[in-house]
Amino acid sequence: MKRFIIWFFCLFTISVCYTSCSTVKPYQKSRLNDTEMELSARKSQKFEQSFQLYREGGSGANGGKSGGGCGCN
Amino acid sequence: MKKIYLSVLALYIGILSLHAQTPIPAKDTTNYKARKLKIDEINYVTAYYHQNGNNSAVTGGIGTEKLSDFANTFDVQLSSLRPNNHKNTLLFELGVDHYTSASSDKIDPNSVSSASKSDTRVYPSINFTRSNENTGNSYGFTGSYSHEYDYQSIGAGFNLTRVSPNKNRQFDLKLLAFLDKWKVILPVELRSSQYGSGSSDDRRPVDYKPRNSFSASFSLSQVINTRLQALLIVEPSYQHGLLATKYQRVYFNSNFTEGVGPDLNIYNERPENLPDNRYKLPIAVRLNYFLDDHYIIRTFYRFYMDDWGIRAHTAEIEIPVKLTSFVSISPFYRYNTQKGTRYFAPYGQHSIDETYYTSDYDLSDLQSNFFGAEFRIAPPKGVFGYQHLNSLELRFGHYIRSTGLNSNILTLHLKFK
Repeated sequence: MKRFIIWFFCLFTISVCYTSCSTVKPYQKSRLNDTEMELSARKSQKFEQSFQLYREGGSGANGGKSGGGCGCN
Repeated sequence: MKKIYLSVLALYIGILSLHAQTPIPAKDTTNYKARKLKIDEINYVTAYYHQNGNNSAVTGGIGTEKLSDFANTFDVQLSSLRPNNHKNTLLFELGVDHYTSASSDKIDPNSVSSASKSDTRVYPSINFTRSNENTGNSYGFTGSYSHEYDYQSIGAGFNLTRVSPNKNRQFDLKLLAFLDKWKVILPVELRSSQYGSGSSDDRRPVDYKPRNSFSASFSLSQVINTRLQALLIVEPSYQHGLLATKYQRVYFNSNFTEGVGPDLNIYNERPENLPDNRYKLPIAVRLNYFLDDHYIIRTFYRFYMDDWGIRAHTAEIEIPVKLTSFVSISPFYRYNTQKGTRYFAPYGQHSIDETYYTSDYDLSDLQSNFFGAEFRIAPPKGVFGYQHLNSLELRFGHYIRSTGLNSNILTLHLKFK
């Protein structure tokens, strides 16, 4: 059941994104080009993501470290 | 004589005409402007992290988890414009972390200072990316290295970006491989008499084991409308080698028949033991919405699963509030819930029949809350009037874990342009 919910969530997100997409012209992107709108983690989050990686079992897909170096403490 | 005059005059006019002739530049039809290597930006990020708790894995799931870490990275991005509007970008990064850990000091509590009481990690990396300024498409390569007292890592990567013709959709692929080598340090009471401590003044041998990590990151970003954009990331990864931390102790609820240690008299304790392979699958979505000129909503959700039985859901929300065009405050909140690995049990609760065992609470059932705020300033004339200091970000976060661990982190990011 959980798997079904997860896959449904993924498919729902993708389909919502694609069906509601409108072609946005370059001159209409002033809001999207705002620094705060960047679709990536901030550089200032880098070390937060590192400690969360070590203090929790889950990792990856957030732009943080995915290997290399121990940081076992 | 006339002939001589005429010849001299002709020669003079010829020389004059040669000097007077200015070369007519060939018409540039490619808009190509060659540009030498120049610095695009420099970033310096520094952070101080401090945690406290009472479930240290080094002491079998009990004992202090007090730890402090002072982390720094410095990166320089250079670029040059090549023919056909190709841009070459070089990114150099150097990271230096220094930590002190009370629990690591318990590897050998009898020594004045054990091998891992404190350590410094140095990790340089370099990335080269070639991009087409017209299409936005790019590809690149990364090399990295990491060194700490008991751990070395060499990494290599490849990245590829493809952008749709209308530039509203982007696909990114990142392939990464890390080939690591780990010095196997054991708790003092579990070492045989021939096994070394790992410190430089101990000539007795210690084992070295590999730990290799491979990951592929597929991401698709999409502009949905003039205010909303989304990103989907799938990042499967595989690890192989020594994945257990051998200086972390595990205590059992009964005795093994064979003793270990220098006198072979330890019966209910072993170093942590975990499988040599681990498959991880995180899937994440980011959704950013420009509400109005003052508020932006940044959201993130991730589902994580691996073959050790860990399942986790992570959700984040951050709302940058623009006080002026150049100053913003961004409060944020992150929630994480995790079903722990099947190999975890608390202190003294593992059975001797189990093949794999750990008392590391990082891998247990847990919930965590992380909240704080970021202050950002980026005036057009530079921060504090210094033209090259493009922006300053100061960020503080407080972390509370359901196992009792608490931590604080303060980060400063300076961007120079």
